[in-house]
Amino acid sequence: MDTESILTLDGVYAGYGKMTILHGTNFTVPRNAITTVIGPNGAGKSTAFKTIFGMVRANAGRIAFEGADITNLPPRALIERGIVYVPQGRNIFPQLSVRHNLELGGVAAPAQLDLAGRMEQALDRFPVLRRKANQQASTLSGGEQKMLEIARSLLLEPKLMLVDEPSIGLSPLLVSELFSLLNDIKARGVTVLMIEQNAKRALESSDYGIVLELGQTRMFDRADKLLADPRVGQLFLGGTMKTTKGAA
Amino acid sequence: MNARNIAIAALSAVVIAALLAAPYALKSYGLYILSLWAVTTIGAIGLNLTLGYAGQISLAQGAFVGIGAYCTAILTTKYGYPLPFTYLVAFVSCFSIGWVLGYPALRVEHHYLAFVTLAFTTLVYLIFRNEEWLTGGVSGIGGIPRPVMFGYSLRAPAEFYYFCLANLAAISLAFWGLIRSPWGRAFVAVRENPVRALSLGVDTRRYTLIAFALGAGLGGISGVLLAQLVQFIDPSPFSLTASLNLLLMVVVGGSGYFFGPFVGAIVAVLLPEWLRFSGGLYLICYAILVMVLMAFCPTGLIGLAGRFLKPVSKPAPVPAREQTT
Ligand SMILES: Nc1ncnc2c1ncn2[C@@H]1O[C@H](COP(=O)(O)OP(=O)(O)OP(=O)(O)O)[C@@H](O)[C@H]1O
Ligand SMILES: [Mg+2]
Repeated sequence: MDTESILTLDGVYAGYGKMTILHGTNFTVPRNAITTVIGPNGAGKSTAFKTIFGMVRANAGRIAFEGADITNLPPRALIERGIVYVPQGRNIFPQLSVRHNLELGGVAAPAQLDLAGRMEQALDRFPVLRRKANQQASTLSGGEQKMLEIARSLLLEPKLMLVDEPSIGLSPLLVSELFSLLNDIKARGVTVLMIEQNAKRALESSDYGIVLELGQTRMFDRADKLLADPRVGQLFLGGTMKTTKGAA
Repeated sequence: MNARNIAIAALSAVVIAALLAAPYALKSYGLYILSLWAVTTIGAIGLNLTLGYAGQISLAQGAFVGIGAYCTAILTTKYGYPLPFTYLVAFVSCFSIGWVLGYPALRVEHHYLAFVTLAFTTLVYLIFRNEEWLTGGVSGIGGIPRPVMFGYSLRAPAEFYYFCLANLAAISLAFWGLIRSPWGRAFVAVRENPVRALSLGVDTRRYTLIAFALGAGLGGISGVLLAQLVQFIDPSPFSLTASLNLLLMVVVGGSGYFFGPFVGAIVAVLLPEWLRFSGGLYLICYAILVMVLMAFCPTGLIGLAGRFLKPVSKPAPVPAREQTT
């Protein structure tokens, strides 16, 4: 690809205990774009994100962000460099208030940052969250909870956002809203790397796509080319694979 | 929300006014008990951070109060150091020991942590009792001075009582600021779900250690004041019973609630005095209260009061921890 890349994985091996899931994974993520990772269940997509974000150890290989080596850095150091991560499934703290949840996005903020100002901006951008700021977060609907997670991850104005299956459990209308929100986020200069089971819809709203299988990159191309590729169509879009699944 | 805040503010104002007026109504014994309440509350606030906010059980808070008290007793009576210096020594020692004692919390499950801290409390108690050259053993250390501020002695019960209240007020304000700060917000996140907290950039290891260390440090401060209050220190108030009592106070008051320790200390320190006429009955009442409360309202008395005032966001009871990503 001729575009500038923001993140590069180079021969990364990682797994859980003795079980290796990523077998020398390579891929690059273009800057200022939305890139979607697709692949069958258990391919290691979530593991790849956790490895990038320092929550699973890379046993070999190199991960670089903006040219600098970030392999096995702890989450906090990555957030300070401008990477945020929204894991698969529910990630709010249900017992705490919506506001408290949102504030937690600023844990790694530098001392001089005006967090109160950022909180106000976030609440302006997501009026639902302002209306329900003092409610317990468990009272939000599934879609609102996802909004809260995304708003929280944007609090420190990251450069790269890793989102693992954000559309799970959302109604079709909300899925469209979510993807257009991700495009807004991109327009503000944030690079988005997401995992999606909903491959067709996700690729339609993305710039690039990566196909991951058995812990290795099978394909990387522009999203429209992948959508037109018969192999992808057969594998992921043609119905031979489940395109939806329950929450993790 | 607003009605609730107004109710809290009104109640606080009444309580503060009553506390300030107490010396006009009470004799020196009453003031002594109220001072003890303030001192105990400080220790319980420390444990509330460790247990209620960070979710780590500790059976060592009584030992930290003891370390603070002995630091004060030894430094003032044997070496003639001024009291402010003993604050520093007590806080720094307890903070450091608490930090080290927190390490097992990073590796073991809750009930093992109870054993580790229990062993520590026993060890500290044995040192107080057996190392006579340092602690005076069972005969203890007497003649602990009370503070002098700007040439004005705080020896008298009323003056010293105000001094204890001022300490409690300063620590409460600092604690309030801490848990309201973005930094302090993360303690609760670690308790609620460590994995989710980690993915938000909370260094969960460091937070757990800090919760232990700060909690222990406040225990130390409570000990410094206790030594000045009783003016005579021996090992008996720092046995395991003291740690268990502090733990009960936090839980009965409402762990994870700002006002929990205040209420818990009322139940543990003031109630026995009020119920003195009932003789041995008090202990039975206390035991029954604890059992009933834990069975029907594990969030403690503050949690119970909150039910009537419709809480907006209630913290979960302490052991609630899910281990999902
Ligand atoms: N915490 C864990 N401990 C042990 N094994 C795990 C753990 N998490 C995932 N695995 C295993 O690693 C493999 C890859 O899992 P991963 O979550 O990366 O897949 P995925 O591509 O994200 O799948 P999905 O589409 O179902 O989310 C699976 O076989 C899974 O069982
Ligand atoms: Mg996954």
